[in-house]
Amino acid sequence: MEFAQQLLQYLVSGFSTGAIYALIGLGFAIIYNATGIINFAQGEFVMLGGMLTLFFLNVARFGMIPSIILAILVATLCGVVFNRLAIKPLKKPSPLNLVIITIGGSILMRGLAMLIWDKDTHAVPAFSGSEPLDLAGATILPQHLWIFGITILAIAGNKFFFYYTISGRAMRACSYNSRAASLVGIAVERMVLFSFLLSSALGAVAGIIVAPLTMTSYDVGVMLGLKGFCAAIIGGMSSGIGTVLGGIILGILEALGAGLISSGYKDAIAFIILLLILFVRPQGLFRKAETERV
Amino acid sequence: MLKLKNINTYYGQVHALKTVSMHLNKGEIVTLIGANGAGKTTILNTISGITPPRDGEILFEGEGIVKLPPDRIVRRGVSQVPEGRQVFKPLSVEDNLELGAYLRYRSREGRGEIRKDLEKVYELFPRLLERRKQMAGTLSGGEQQMLAIGRALMAKPRLLLLDEPSMGLAPLVVQEIFRVLEMLRHEHGTTILLVEQNAKAALKLADRGYVLETGKVILEEVASELLENKEVQRAYLGRDKKEIWER
Ligand SMILES: Nc1ncnc2c1ncn2[C@@H]1O[C@H](COP(=O)(O)OP(=O)(O)OP(=O)(O)O)[C@@H](O)[C@H]1O
Ligand SMILES: [Mg+2]
Repeated sequence: MEFAQQLLQYLVSGFSTGAIYALIGLGFAIIYNATGIINFAQGEFVMLGGMLTLFFLNVARFGMIPSIILAILVATLCGVVFNRLAIKPLKKPSPLNLVIITIGGSILMRGLAMLIWDKDTHAVPAFSGSEPLDLAGATILPQHLWIFGITILAIAGNKFFFYYTISGRAMRACSYNSRAASLVGIAVERMVLFSFLLSSALGAVAGIIVAPLTMTSYDVGVMLGLKGFCAAIIGGMSSGIGTVLGGIILGILEALGAGLISSGYKDAIAFIILLLILFVRPQGLFRKAETERV
Repeated sequence: MLKLKNINTYYGQVHALKTVSMHLNKGEIVTLIGANGAGKTTILNTISGITPPRDGEILFEGEGIVKLPPDRIVRRGVSQVPEGRQVFKPLSVEDNLELGAYLRYRSREGRGEIRKDLEKVYELFPRLLERRKQMAGTLSGGEQQMLAIGRALMAKPRLLLLDEPSMGLAPLVVQEIFRVLEMLRHEHGTTILLVEQNAKAALKLADRGYVLETGKVILEEVASELLENKEVQRAYLGRDKKEIWER
C-alpha cells in the first residue's frame, strides 16, 4: 500500500509539472507552425508571467486577480514587441539567424529582468491557500487543482480557437500553405504576429500558475523553456493533443525518475528523451504519417 | 477593368516579365498562352501581389494596386486559382471553402449570405458536397481543382485569375470547369483571365488572347483570329502536325 500511495504522489506531481510543460510546449508549437521558427525565447514569457505577477502584487500592491491579469497582458505585450522588433524586420532570414535572434532575445529579456528586479528567488502566494487535501493517501495542494483546471481550460480554448473560429482556421491555413493563404486574403504577417501573442500569453499563464509551487526568479525561463521545447518535440510540434501528451509524459517520467532513482537525474531525463526522440523518431511520437504539412 | 502598363518583374537576376502591357475589359474572358517558362504564372502572381513588379503600373478598376500586399488585392476583388491547386490539404473541404470567404467573415458580412454562396458552390460542384467533411488532401486531382475554384469563388471576385485549371484532368472534368467559367461570366459578369496549356479549348472559350514568349507579349488578338493564326497553330495548338506531316 505504501508504494501505491507513493506512486500516486509521483503521478500527482508529474501531471502538474507535465501540464506546465504542455502549455509552454504549445507556445513553441504555435509559433513553429505559423512561421517555422523555434522561438527559444519562449521560456522568458514563462518567467515574465511569474515575475510580473509578483511585481504587481508586492510593488504595485494590487490584488491577486488584477495582478495575474496585468501580468498576462504585459507579458503578451512583450511577445508582440519581440516579434515586431526582432523577428519581423528580418527579410528572408536563415534558420540559423533565427535561432541566434531568439536566443539573443531570450538573453536580453533575462538580463533586463535581472536588472529591473534582482537575482533572488521569490515565493509567490498560492491562489487559494496551501492546506493540503488528501487523495487516497497522497496529498494534493489546491494549487495543483488550479494548475489542472487552468491547463484544461487553456487547452480547450486553444482547440476551440484553432478548429471552430475562422481566425484559428486561417492560422492553420497559413501553416499549411502560406501563399495560398495570402491568395484567399489572409494577412499572413498579421497571423504571425498573432501566433507570438498567443504563445507569450500561454507561456505567461504557465509561469503564473506554477510559480506558487516552484518559486520564481529571473532565470526560471531557461529550464522551463527547454522542458516545454522537449514536450513539443515529443508531440511532433503539433499545436494540439500531441504536445499536451508530450508534456504529461515528460512530467510523469521526471517525477518517477526523481522519486524512484534520484532527484539529481530529474533534468537529465528531459534531455535524454529529447535526444532519443530526435534520433529515433524526429517526427514526434504521435504525428501520423498522413498528416502532411503542405 | 484591369490594365498592366510596362510591367517588369524579376526573380533575383532573372528578368521574367519584360515590359508587359495588357488589359481586360469588364466581363471579358481573356486567355494567356505561351510555352513553359514563358512567364504566364508570373503575370498572375504579379497581378496578385505575390511577385510585385520592379516597375510598371497595374490599374484595377482605375486604381493602382502595385504596392498592395496580396490580401489587400483580394479585398479589392481579384482572386486567383493558383497553379497546382494549392488547397489546404489537412483541412476539410468545407473549411477550405469557408476560408475562401475569409475576408467576408472579417468584414462581418452576414453568415446567411456566405452560407448561400457555399450552397451555390456545392450546386456547381456536387462532388464537393458529397465530400464536404473529407480532408482536402484526400480528394482526387480533379476534385481538388474544383475545390480550388470553389474556394476562389467564395470571395465573390470581380476578376478571377486561373492558372492552368485543366492541368492533368480528364476531358469531361475540363468541360465541366469550362462550363462553370462560362456560367460565371454569364450570370455574375465575372471577368476572367485564363492561363491554359490546353490552348485550343481556352481560345474557343475566350474573347481575346495574348501570346507570351520568354517574358514578352508577342501577339494580342481576338480569340477566333488566334485560332486561325498559322504561327499560333504550329506553336501552341499542335493540331496541324498531321497536315504539316502530310505535305
Ligand atoms: N521562384 C523563381 N525563382 C527564379 N526564377 C523563377 C521563379 N519562378 C519562375 N522563375 C522563372 O521565370 C520564368 C517564368 O516562369 P513562369 O512560372 O511564370 O512560367 P510559366 O509560363 O507559368 O510556365 P509553365 O507553363 O511551366 O507553368 C521562367 O524562366 C522561370 O524559370
Ligand atoms: Mg505556370
